[in-house]
Amino acid sequence: MSDPLLEVRDLRVSVARGDARFSAVDGVSFSVRAGDAFGIVGESGSGKSLTLRAIMALLPSAARLEGGAVLLEGSALAASGRRARVQRRARVAMVFQDPLSALNPVRTIGQQVAEVPRRVLGRSRVESRRRAIELLGLVGIPDPARRFEAYPHQLSGGMRQRVAIAMALATEPAILLCDEPTTALDVTVQAQVLDLIDKLRIELELAVVFVSHDLGVVRELCENVAVMYAGRFVEVGPTADLLRTPLHPYTLGLLRAVVDLDDPIGFLRPIGGTLPDPLHLPVGCAFHPRCPLATPECSVNVPPLVRVGGTRAPVATQPRESACLHYDLVEAP
Amino acid sequence: MSSPPRFDGGTTELDAVSEATHIGFWRRARRSPSFIAGALITGSLVLVAILAPVLSPYSPYQLNLYHILAGFSGSHLLGTDELGRDVLSRLIWATRTDLTVGVLAVIFPFCFGTLIGTLTGYFGGVFDTIVMRIVDVVIAFPFYVFVIGLVFVVGEGTKGIYIAFAVVDWVVYARAVRSTTLIVRESDYVAAAKGGGLSTPRVLLRHVLPNTITQAVVYVMNDVVLAIVAVVTLGYLGLGIQPPTPDWGTMISDGQPFITTHWELATLPGIAVVITGLGLSLLGDGLADALRPPS
Repeated sequence: MSDPLLEVRDLRVSVARGDARFSAVDGVSFSVRAGDAFGIVGESGSGKSLTLRAIMALLPSAARLEGGAVLLEGSALAASGRRARVQRRARVAMVFQDPLSALNPVRTIGQQVAEVPRRVLGRSRVESRRRAIELLGLVGIPDPARRFEAYPHQLSGGMRQRVAIAMALATEPAILLCDEPTTALDVTVQAQVLDLIDKLRIELELAVVFVSHDLGVVRELCENVAVMYAGRFVEVGPTADLLRTPLHPYTLGLLRAVVDLDDPIGFLRPIGGTLPDPLHLPVGCAFHPRCPLATPECSVNVPPLVRVGGTRAPVATQPRESACLHYDLVEAP
Repeated sequence: MSSPPRFDGGTTELDAVSEATHIGFWRRARRSPSFIAGALITGSLVLVAILAPVLSPYSPYQLNLYHILAGFSGSHLLGTDELGRDVLSRLIWATRTDLTVGVLAVIFPFCFGTLIGTLTGYFGGVFDTIVMRIVDVVIAFPFYVFVIGLVFVVGEGTKGIYIAFAVVDWVVYARAVRSTTLIVRESDYVAAAKGGGLSTPRVLLRHVLPNTITQAVVYVMNDVVLAIVAVVTLGYLGLGIQPPTPDWGTMISDGQPFITTHWELATLPGIAVVITGLGLSLLGDGLADALRPPS
């Protein structure tokens, strides 16, 4: 078992809203090895995207890194500023949720893909162009030499996302951060883009961190997965294992809220309530107001994420961890 | 799309639209009536200004005291003024004077304001706060009071206009560009450019500015009108371009005493100002239509 390529330790991010600041990512830790994919699943607003932005040192201006470390091959990266950018370039790249907004509308896709080889890696003009066409071909753009001159609005959503992936790969990264790259796409196109990311992970030995609100998507792609709720990981484990026997009531809720086409009755069982206001998180476990298993002790302290129950799959690389005091009471989905 | 896919399933989603790639702007421009009308009017005015020596039948300075206030006639199409100068020739030469001043006056504000707006919007912080307070002060000050005050300091003529526009007018561009920069800097494509490791100047020049500058470009058209109106106003007040240089403003004010007998002396230059304003405003509107990025 090789050492992790990317390690995130106790990452904390706060976000300003008006005069107040609230904690949006609170003590997130995980690691990924080369060629592996790690999934982060959660509702909108749970802090998934901010986690990726923090790793990338691209936090939006309202957000601030409060603590934690990002380690690349064991050495810590600077959190912000020029040094952070230099350390990450050519190592960590990101694919964004909305491929239209991730591409500059006034420049051709070729210019945008060729820009990094030309300006950052210092290749010649001809070489950069050749490399861009090669990358566009790699991500499955048909006739890339001709598409080089196309503007983003002339491509379909799936093609745009392929271009965005080509742009990310232009830095020749070791780590690819994917922020819901398939959410804005049709289901059929979604599958194609997922296949592409999976293919690239294997061929280029990429370490992939894949954020999604869709358990099904993560199941396709990721060996290990973390479930995020209100800025914290509430459950971590090998994906197959975790989906079969969830050890946190929130994970169970998510699984039950998925449409199951094989289920003849086909009821959706949504989780009651809504994600709490991050400015006024409930005391104790953030999920307890919505939790069917909640007991008085759940609203005393925030339950820590601890290793539980041993690993049920003997070959699993990731131990099962849960942040629920009553993990042993969670039913099978 | 006849080419074979490089990667499985790559073609199904291909609805790549128009083949016409670069001509999006011109196609939209050609469909915009304001753009066509504005471009025609402004284009003809620019042509008149350039070809003034060829087009004008007489010298704009040539006096003929035996032939003053002549009215419309075959030899002087638009008549002569109170000093016997050919009105048509003076109108043509005034086009050159006033367009030149109008364009020159907005070049500096456009460049400087765009620069300041980009920097404040992108970097924010204390610099942004200070500059925006300065902008508030400048905007709060009445423009013509300032220009007239300045003319008394630096002397009459176009110099005052240039300086006044340089001092005051950049704030409009700074504000407009800053507000769009605030939006663009949070966009994913700027994040992607930064994440790719591009340098800050490059991110600003190639990713931020092309998306923010269109508003400023559109405003330039209106701004040239404002500058011309300012020159004409000052000329009318006797503080602008000094005689005998032909200028619409001085022509209006010189023609005013004869308004009851020779209405054309004050009215024709007025119409010229209106046409110029109309042409540039239409062009600005049309540009805004044509530059709006397709979605």
